[in-house]
Amino acid sequence: MISRVSGPLVVIKGLNPKMYNVIQIGEEKLIGEVVGIEGKKCMVQVYEDTYGIKPGEPAWDTGKPLSVELGPGLIGNIYDGIQRPLPEIREEIGDFVRRGVMAPGLDRTTKWHFVPLSKRGDKVSGGTIIGEVREGSVNHKILVPPGEKPGVITEIEEGEYKVEEPVCLLEDGREITMYHVWPVRRPRPFLERLSPEVPLITGQRILDFLFPVAKGGTAAIPGGFGTGKTVTQQTLAKWCDAEVVIYVGCGERGNEMADVLEEFPKLEDPRTGRPLMERTVLIANTSNMPVAAREASVYTGMTIAEYFRDMGYSVALMADSTSRWAEAMREISSRLEEMPGEEGYPAYLGARLAEFYERAGRVRTLSGDEGSVTVIGAVSPPGGDMSEPVTQNTLRIVKVFWALDYNLAYRRHFPAINWLKSYSLYEDTLRKWFEDRFGEDWTNLRKWTKHVLQQEAELREIVQLVGPEALPPDQRVLLEVARLIRLAFLQQNAFHPVDTYYPPEKQIEYIRAIKRYEEMAYEALRSGVPVERILSVKGKEKLIRVKYEENFVEELRKIIGEMTEEFESLIEEWKYKVE
Amino acid sequence: MSLREYRTINRISGPLLFVEKTSPVGYGELVEIELENGERRRGQVLDTSEEVVVVQVFEGTSGIDTGARVRFIGETLRLPVSEEMLGRVLSGLGEPLDGGPEVMPDERLDITGAAINPYARDTPKEFIQTGISAIDGMNTLVRGQKLPIFSASGLPHNDIALQIARQSKVLGEEEEFAVVFAAMGITNEEAQYFMEDFRRTGALSRAVVFLNLAEDPAIERLVTPRMALTTAEYLAFEYDMQVLVILTDMTNYCEALREVSSAREEVPGRRGYPGYLYTDLATIYERAGRIRGRKGSITQFPILTMPGDDMTHPVPDLTGYITEGQIVLSRELHMRGIYPPINVLMSLSRLMNLGIGEGRTREEHRALADQLYSAYAEGIDMRGLVAIVGKEALTGRDLKYLEFSYEFENKFVNQGREEEREIEETLDIGWDLLAMLPEDELTRLERWQIEKYHPKYRDKEDHPNDGDKADEVRPNRG
Repeated sequence: MISRVSGPLVVIKGLNPKMYNVIQIGEEKLIGEVVGIEGKKCMVQVYEDTYGIKPGEPAWDTGKPLSVELGPGLIGNIYDGIQRPLPEIREEIGDFVRRGVMAPGLDRTTKWHFVPLSKRGDKVSGGTIIGEVREGSVNHKILVPPGEKPGVITEIEEGEYKVEEPVCLLEDGREITMYHVWPVRRPRPFLERLSPEVPLITGQRILDFLFPVAKGGTAAIPGGFGTGKTVTQQTLAKWCDAEVVIYVGCGERGNEMADVLEEFPKLEDPRTGRPLMERTVLIANTSNMPVAAREASVYTGMTIAEYFRDMGYSVALMADSTSRWAEAMREISSRLEEMPGEEGYPAYLGARLAEFYERAGRVRTLSGDEGSVTVIGAVSPPGGDMSEPVTQNTLRIVKVFWALDYNLAYRRHFPAINWLKSYSLYEDTLRKWFEDRFGEDWTNLRKWTKHVLQQEAELREIVQLVGPEALPPDQRVLLEVARLIRLAFLQQNAFHPVDTYYPPEKQIEYIRAIKRYEEMAYEALRSGVPVERILSVKGKEKLIRVKYEENFVEELRKIIGEMTEEFESLIEEWKYKVE
Repeated sequence: MSLREYRTINRISGPLLFVEKTSPVGYGELVEIELENGERRRGQVLDTSEEVVVVQVFEGTSGIDTGARVRFIGETLRLPVSEEMLGRVLSGLGEPLDGGPEVMPDERLDITGAAINPYARDTPKEFIQTGISAIDGMNTLVRGQKLPIFSASGLPHNDIALQIARQSKVLGEEEEFAVVFAAMGITNEEAQYFMEDFRRTGALSRAVVFLNLAEDPAIERLVTPRMALTTAEYLAFEYDMQVLVILTDMTNYCEALREVSSAREEVPGRRGYPGYLYTDLATIYERAGRIRGRKGSITQFPILTMPGDDMTHPVPDLTGYITEGQIVLSRELHMRGIYPPINVLMSLSRLMNLGIGEGRTREEHRALADQLYSAYAEGIDMRGLVAIVGKEALTGRDLKYLEFSYEFENKFVNQGREEEREIEETLDIGWDLLAMLPEDELTRLERWQIEKYHPKYRDKEDHPNDGDKADEVRPNRG
């Protein structure tokens, strides 16, 4: 029976549920989850509005923890934080989300064409792949649910099935359906962890070239509002080379989700040529939807990601924004009257964040394949202040840090990722992969690029004091090279059809061209050409615009040719003058 | 409707009453309090248990004692709505202030509203021309967006809000915006200013005004924006109207929320505001947008004043995380006499890209805006440099950027309070200013864009009014 209602927190007495069991609240059977037990009372966070709920109304223990349904029907779908399909909800109750609706995560009526990959007499156990169905651009593998005891197949047949119909029979009479349920807060099992040595290619120059993330790795994007967290997350969701993308809009804007929903079905995956939506699962729990469901949404997303990992796929999970998740934790914690830690966040904030990011990884799955979950979490520090608890606790865990910067955003340098503050701890493990494919000079060029940018930052302090004119010629050339790196290479327009996606082979060509300019400029300087002339070389500005060209490599070659000629004639001209 | 009346108030703290020994009371239920002198007040249930019910009193608790009668109405707070609300002036709790009759309700709606299903939302993409260059050109607004004005005391945010309400239109459509105006804790004088402008321009006939003034009970402010948005939703989604909602001042709203939170002895977050401030603000700001298959829309202009001009203060900070951009006003520009004093670099419209480009504004709009931004930012950098080393240390190129930054403020940002610039005009001013800079430096623009729109190449016969000299002074009609 309900004894107290305070916002999303309801206190129940007379039930003896286990922690994290799902409880049905009141006459309308709203769902909630046990988050605390105290004597005969238990505290329940409710995933829906509690307006009008009274003490004395009944409550039921379902006996099960919060779980998601895993099977065909996930791809291309859009869910709220507890895996209720939003399109179905709209059909049922209209344009506004009202409480008390239940709809299963997977459609019960669709028939899927099941193709067996195992045969009669095969031994199977939890995690074995027994067949597949085609879903969008993904071959959705059908797994024996992890945790099932081993058995031998007596019947398995190709055909059209609904998710609840058995597709496979074991000798002890067990039936395997195409879907199973899994509790969201329990990580799915695997055989072993593998070291992350393959990069997640994002097509973003500053990320792939300077601060790469590995498949199975973890990255954080902290940044104040307007610095481009969401645009970066969405760009990654579009172009990263994961086979399945899970995008969790956790406590963010409704209009942005609408934009994703409109855009993704139209955009083409550069690798498969199919609409991007056909590899994407969206979880949208916008900021005005119930706060407890927001807390659950990242776990829902993670469990779905692990499920696709278990099929042997590389999965990318974008969580935008983890700060809203942390705030949901804080809100529930404060209503539980727990002792607050830093800035009112619960003392277990760090532990929860660590648990979550630890579910990322590249692993050997139960079926012996390789799969990975890469987690990219946006963080929204209040006032852009990175010393706040969520950012700091996140940085202790993640290996890649993409620091978004207000000052870059104000001058519309996008992506506004600060190249001096960001880092990637995967540089070394990924080095071989990049060098094998794109040339031995990959690592050296990266070091050179960082070095130039670092020197520029130091010189800029001097320029602030004495003005640029006062610098010696070689340093003025260096400033110019750094400017080229920033404007041409680092700036990337997410909304330009060509510029939005740059594969690594184009990235390296581009940086080589800038290096080429540097070499020629220094050579000219040594030959006595005045620095003003070097700085006004025409080809240089073309280097900045060439990124928008369809046939980039060809145009780039032309520009290098022109630039070389220009420099050569400059050197020629000054040879006589110097003499 | 079950009426249950009690005289069991046990504790009064700030705006809260603690009532004991009640029969079950629903969370969020509406409460009526009757004082011994017969005065009636309204409140809402914030926490309910078998032992005690916490009631927040909208009109404040002054004069209430433990003998007051508390009646639980059995339903949540509702607002009677009808199309006839247009033209009416109501209190912060929805009661007529204009001497007119009570609103004859077509429906009575729960003011907390419900979240729009993200799947039902339609992407906002129709360009709204406000006639203000700094907004249209650089931070374009689209229908269904929520774009707050970050202001500070003494800045002309009210004038800007009024100018937007007056001039906003969607090109190619005749229909005017209906305006829902919610005042929270603003002064009588400010309210008069708005009302006079509404009357003068005839806007009042298509406006609904909710007034909670500085002298009105602070707790009532928690209800006012929800009343306004419930009205807006009704007009937009039942009557297909295009609704513009102005909420001012959100900082006062947040202070009322803080007052209630501290009276409940909750664990405070930053600067004493409750930890759920983000969620609470989201339930207001997210009530903007468009819905697929419906004609109407809600566009929001919340106004807030940043205490101490500090943008990292929790109110502007959390607002910025929820809204789709912000228009930031600058005290420095205001002191220099520039109207509207919009700090273009710190302002942002997240939905701009959806509303601009070919067929909406003009094909080169995005690239032009980017170029103006980066050139202006560069010019602002130069100002910093000049302050230290003096103008003499700048190169010729740098001097041009410096000059550009001032001209940009004087000719592009600056305009009259009644001046309404067409989008074409706004963009052309931008091009004229860019002509001050070396053509090679215009790296954000593609070659063909320069050849088509740069004053140097623009066909003079097609544009008889545009000179090709950058330094030609444009008459400021303001």
